[in-house]
Amino acid sequence: MAAMTTTTARAGGRADRASSRVQTFLSRHGGMMPTFAAALILVLLFIGAEAFLRGDFIKPLTISNLLINNAYLLVLAVGMTFVILTGGIDLSVGSVMAFTGMLGAKLLADGLPVAIAIPAMLLGGAAIGLFIGILVQYFGVQPFIASLAGLFLGRGLAFIVSLNSIKVEDPAVLWLQSTRWKLGDWVVTPTGIIALATVAIAAFVLHLTRFGRTIYAIGGSEQSARLMGLKVGRAKVGAYVISGTCAGLAGLLLTAYANSSYPRNGIGTELDAIAAVVIGGTLLTGGRGYVLGSMIGVFVYGTIKTIINFMGAEQAWMQIIVGALLLLFIVVQRAIVARAEGRR
Amino acid sequence: MTAVYKHRLFWPIVSLLTLIAINAIARPQFITITMRDGELYGALITILRDSAPLMLVALGMTIVIATRGIDLSVGAIMAVSGAVALTIIDGSGDPDALATVLIAVLVAVLVALILGMWNGFLVTVLGIQPIVATLVLMLAGRGAALLITGGKITTVNSAPFKWMSSGYMVALPVAFFIAVAAIIVIGVIERRTALGVLTEAVGINPEASRLAGVRSRGIIWGAYMVSGALAGVAGLIYASRTSAADANNAGVFIELYAILAVVLGGTSLNGGKFSIAGTVVGVFIIQTLDSTVLFLGIPSAQSPVFFGFVVAVVVVLQSPRMRSGLANLSGRLRPRGAGVQDREKAEVA
Repeated sequence: MAAMTTTTARAGGRADRASSRVQTFLSRHGGMMPTFAAALILVLLFIGAEAFLRGDFIKPLTISNLLINNAYLLVLAVGMTFVILTGGIDLSVGSVMAFTGMLGAKLLADGLPVAIAIPAMLLGGAAIGLFIGILVQYFGVQPFIASLAGLFLGRGLAFIVSLNSIKVEDPAVLWLQSTRWKLGDWVVTPTGIIALATVAIAAFVLHLTRFGRTIYAIGGSEQSARLMGLKVGRAKVGAYVISGTCAGLAGLLLTAYANSSYPRNGIGTELDAIAAVVIGGTLLTGGRGYVLGSMIGVFVYGTIKTIINFMGAEQAWMQIIVGALLLLFIVVQRAIVARAEGRR
Repeated sequence: MTAVYKHRLFWPIVSLLTLIAINAIARPQFITITMRDGELYGALITILRDSAPLMLVALGMTIVIATRGIDLSVGAIMAVSGAVALTIIDGSGDPDALATVLIAVLVAVLVALILGMWNGFLVTVLGIQPIVATLVLMLAGRGAALLITGGKITTVNSAPFKWMSSGYMVALPVAFFIAVAAIIVIGVIERRTALGVLTEAVGINPEASRLAGVRSRGIIWGAYMVSGALAGVAGLIYASRTSAADANNAGVFIELYAILAVVLGGTSLNGGKFSIAGTVVGVFIIQTLDSTVLFLGIPSAQSPVFFGFVVAVVVVLQSPRMRSGLANLSGRLRPRGAGVQDREKAEVA
């Protein structure tokens, strides 16, 4: 069936040069289509919200808040993208974020300077990531189970730091969230800048470094990557360490955002991050996807949340809509993959 | 002796017995069972009773994993099933009437079955990866359960419904009998008919089994339906224990524990060969561990660290690298030739 549609599409393309050019573009950049679809959905969501809500949705402030409110999720999604590109999954990010947040808050409450607390948070996240990566790479444990162990570990450690929430009064951490840099009506906080910088660095690493290309190669075919002489083991463990470090950074952003840290933070956030990555067009089988797509995915997620808050609808709808959107995207992805296979 | 040692249930059973032994030494009352009014009580009986929901979910998960799939939605299905049953009982005039409870239970399980069918549809007809296909319901299911209960925690006071979780039959808890019934039904259908072999064939090589004439679509679809229905029953037991439909807390993390139980029981997440007895042992390991953690006085909030540690140790012990390392070690202790032979045998197996 897929082959048939392709033939008809080709016949149509011969008749019309413009559409032929579109066809060529589609066939060359088929992997980008889900990401374009996500961007399209984001635009439609904005237009829809503007039209049906009070008409004050598309404002610099709303859009700025989208970044500020979801900075931590954006950082998590970036880390998750690395892992998913290798064909793995990291379920631990939500609880690692809670743990590093608690760790940092506790260290600061004990009077240690920020210069120690923040590196400790990042290292804590990286250590759990390393633990998962070693289980996956050197002991052949499935990523799902290995990161599940990380999930339990992170959550338990968060509660070991303290059973109750810890308030953060350190001026440097509070500065991250309370400072507002303005450009006209646009507002951005240092946390937002950190999140955007993370995206930029990740995009650079994935596309322009040997390590990044190895990550894509592993996702495409681990066997081939190994036969090509790529350092598969190192890159795979690296992906999990990056995801853990990102979770540590997200812990810092969330702590700054909430002025405090709570051990129950981020329960289920790993699913939000995975959903954002998938909506952004990254295939869970690995090898295809973009960090920028994950960013769009996070914004789609954040926009739905904002719209639901605007409408004052029940929070239950949030889960249902995110579930439905996820379904829509994977069906679209499935269709694209099926077409690509049919063409081959 | 080597046959016992090589049996794939050897390590799971040793772990379970070790756990029980540690508990029995640390607190002798752990293994004492008392009889009161013809009903048995004791820590071990509590473990049997409380393990029922996890047992049901893990059984369904075993079949799904055998087909090379995974079902993340079981916790959400539990929440939906509890919400449906309690809303029906709550809305009826007489919550204590047996007929009302029966209808509620039937409808709830039917809804769960349909949700399982939905998962199966996504996986088999649309060809979506199981982990994503069931993630959809995992995210949306709890929202749906919240809508069914109208965003609040529905509570009912219904004696027949309560009986499911706290009642006794022939000196043992009813919930335990439900779990045993599920084990027997699944065991007989999978192991006394060809279905089990066909399921393994689909899991080992879907393409080859399709070429061999196995209707893999029906088998995979059926696996998700079984998993959904069993999760529905588990949701009923959970709701019955608390007499409440709590959409946010029913079955939270149960998918993770169920997958863990299946893996502890020696079934590989890569599909293919599965062991129902292994899953049963795995569930008891988890439940005993839970009881141990409680006894040790670790605040229940901190127990995940303990769990995470145990998971890591068990999966590392089960990993091929560790096994070949151990085999080399034991090979070195024995005469050279015998060790090599053993290693070759292990590789063939």
